[in-house]
Amino acid sequence: MTPILSIRDLTVEIPTRHGILRPVSGVSYDIAAGEILGVVGESGAGKSMAGNAVIGLLSPPAHIAQGEIHVNGARIDHLEGDAMRRLRGKEIGMVFQDPLTSLNPLLRIGDQLTETMLAHLDISRSEADRRAVAALEEVGIPGAAERVGSYPHEFSGGMRQRVVIALALCAEPSLIIADEPTTALDVSVQAQIIALLKKLCRERGTAVMLITHDMGVIAEAADRVAVMYAGQLAELGPVRDVLTAPHHPYTDGLMGSTPLASRGKDRLHQIPGAMPRLDALPEGCAFHPRCPYVQDACRVSPGPRIEDGAGRAACLFPMTREAVA
Amino acid sequence: MALVDIHNLTRIFDVSKPWLNRVVERREKSYLTAVSDVSFEIAERSVYALVGESGSGKSTIGKMLVGLLGPSSGAVEIRGIDLARESDAAKIDAVRRDIQMIFQDPFASLNPRWRVRDIIVEPVAARGGDTDGMAERLLEQVGLSARDAGKFPHEFSGGQRQRICIARALASEPKLIVCDEPTSALDVSVQAQVLNLMSDLKDTFGLTYLFISHDLTVVQHMADRIGVLYLGRLVEEADPDALFDDPKHPYSQMLLAAAPQLDSFGRDVPPPTGEIPDPINPPTGCAYHPRCPLAAEICSQKRPEMREIRGARVACHMAE
Ligand SMILES: Nc1ncnc2c1ncn2[C@@H]1O[C@H](COP(=O)(O)OP(=O)(O)OP(=O)(O)O)[C@@H](O)[C@H]1O
Ligand SMILES: Nc1ncnc2c1ncn2[C@@H]1O[C@H](COP(=O)(O)OP(=O)(O)OP(=O)(O)O)[C@@H](O)[C@H]1O
Ligand code: SF4
Ligand code: SF4
Ligand SMILES: [Mg+2]
Ligand SMILES: [Mg+2]
Repeated sequence: MTPILSIRDLTVEIPTRHGILRPVSGVSYDIAAGEILGVVGESGAGKSMAGNAVIGLLSPPAHIAQGEIHVNGARIDHLEGDAMRRLRGKEIGMVFQDPLTSLNPLLRIGDQLTETMLAHLDISRSEADRRAVAALEEVGIPGAAERVGSYPHEFSGGMRQRVVIALALCAEPSLIIADEPTTALDVSVQAQIIALLKKLCRERGTAVMLITHDMGVIAEAADRVAVMYAGQLAELGPVRDVLTAPHHPYTDGLMGSTPLASRGKDRLHQIPGAMPRLDALPEGCAFHPRCPYVQDACRVSPGPRIEDGAGRAACLFPMTREAVA
Repeated sequence: MALVDIHNLTRIFDVSKPWLNRVVERREKSYLTAVSDVSFEIAERSVYALVGESGSGKSTIGKMLVGLLGPSSGAVEIRGIDLARESDAAKIDAVRRDIQMIFQDPFASLNPRWRVRDIIVEPVAARGGDTDGMAERLLEQVGLSARDAGKFPHEFSGGQRQRICIARALASEPKLIVCDEPTSALDVSVQAQVLNLMSDLKDTFGLTYLFISHDLTVVQHMADRIGVLYLGRLVEEADPDALFDDPKHPYSQMLLAAAPQLDSFGRDVPPPTGEIPDPINPPTGCAYHPRCPLAAEICSQKRPEMREIRGARVACHMAE
């Protein structure tokens, strides 16, 4: 079956006075219908850049320098202007950390929903109005029939993010890109929003790219996980396998440094140092200065890349362990 | 005796619109109770954590503890001295020197035009103390290098800047450090470095922490005692094991169930219902009653008192 989203060898470049930076470098992955792919990594790893490349929202001078992006089998990485705008909204819905970036403060939320639907779906105005109320009901806005007349500022942060999800889904896209959708929210609201995303996507078979730095959210929501480090894909695989038995030493370090109930008060595992800046990437494997298993070969060879199907970790000497059932 | 004794602490903010608007719109003055009748003690050399969702009053309590804000009623006593009422300037000064604060944002809390050396020794230099070699020594203690003293904040990563903030806090040899979300802006691998450092320093210097965080797993890792806040009220206080294995307040139970866990693969629990109410018009009685699955008639009428239940303190009519 064709995946909904297919990214192959995606490279994003930013030309600067001091040379070319590659915030995303040779990244490949697929997302199938009904699947949630979690994208994790530390700040600056390139998670948002990769998502923005898919929806054509890279801000210049950042641009796609190499690779291909397909949505439902059609190549989209070269689309520009109107063609890209039509695709966003119709084929791809977006949810960002700050719901206000996706909402027009001057428009009633009902109008925002109906406009989006009328732009992308072949339906009548009255049908769009009806669906706007239904969409708000579906995302759990109490009194949806009245709330269509409210403006974004009249909602709490959690309710606003629900409205954004309704907006992202109303044109029935096949792919949702959610970039830190719950990072600004309290845990109880986060739990509500994650449950909502999971339910809606499962019911409709929507593919989801869920970008977050929170491993707990990934464990709870994702089917597969892509771990990014310094613009590259470090590890890609089923969520349980990657989290319980990482193959890449970086994933292993990340898991060890996360406080866990079962570990009690023992010292947390530390990865020494910090992720390198893009203008100071080390030779060879980008993780080698911090890697406890580094060998001479790692300092010269960047290691294998992950192509779908082949290997889980972009590492010359992957850790091979069995996942915890 | 406990190092810190907080009793009946309350802080009310005047959140009224300007006078003219009130007259035109015929509105009363409005007040927000950010902290309401909170009492707890912090034992010497322990880590007391405050958890709760956004707006629950964590930072307001922290600021009252260090004296950045005065209480509306109730008191904070540190070694028996109440900063808001003490008149002996020397005593106030001695207590002030014993308390330092570390904030969430290591970017905002460092002056970008100062060298790291000057940032670190500033609290001591301001009192005319001897600062010779102090910055270099402290930098090594927080895992940086003595050579870093001559650099500027922008030359450091987020985790390194938080280390600089910690070095500055240590400069005046405090007894108590109020840490307000000290690792919330950091990545997990860097957070692990900073949390380990804080634990080490605590042992080395015999420090006491008030550790403010909304991250339950971090709190569980760090704390000796945990207070859970909801809408400015302390709803439960317990040791970490008791709180996480056997939460007694319905709000604590909800919070723990909602937090995503690393081993919660594909978990499908029904998410919590409702939202945090408007703090200007909080619900009557128990503030949690509109969302509480156990709520009974009394819950909307009478605010529950703190009760001891199996080593925990719980403010709930029904908990047992
Ligand atoms: N205009 C620019 N010039 C130079 N570097 C840039 C520019 N825009 C972004 N970057 C760099 O690109 C890298 C990737 O950033 P990106 O926003 O994708 O990270 P992220 O993984 O989403 O991180 P976060 O968790 O902080 O959101 C970062 O190192 C960032 O500093
Ligand atoms: N100076 C102020 N004036 C008016 N209201 C305030 C002021 N400071 C805090 N508040 C209000 O008091 C309540 C408690 O705020 P506080 O900052 O203590 O919460 P918090 O638990 O630290 O939240 P967060 O997790 O978001 O940092 C909130 O409703 C807040 O809006
Ligand atoms: S390639 Fe070498 S340095 Fe890089 S992660 Fe693997 S073992 Fe470590
Ligand atoms: S006092 Fe009543 S409403 Fe409040 S938490 Fe207890 S049972 Fe629930
Ligand atoms: Mg990002
Ligand atoms: Mg706060």
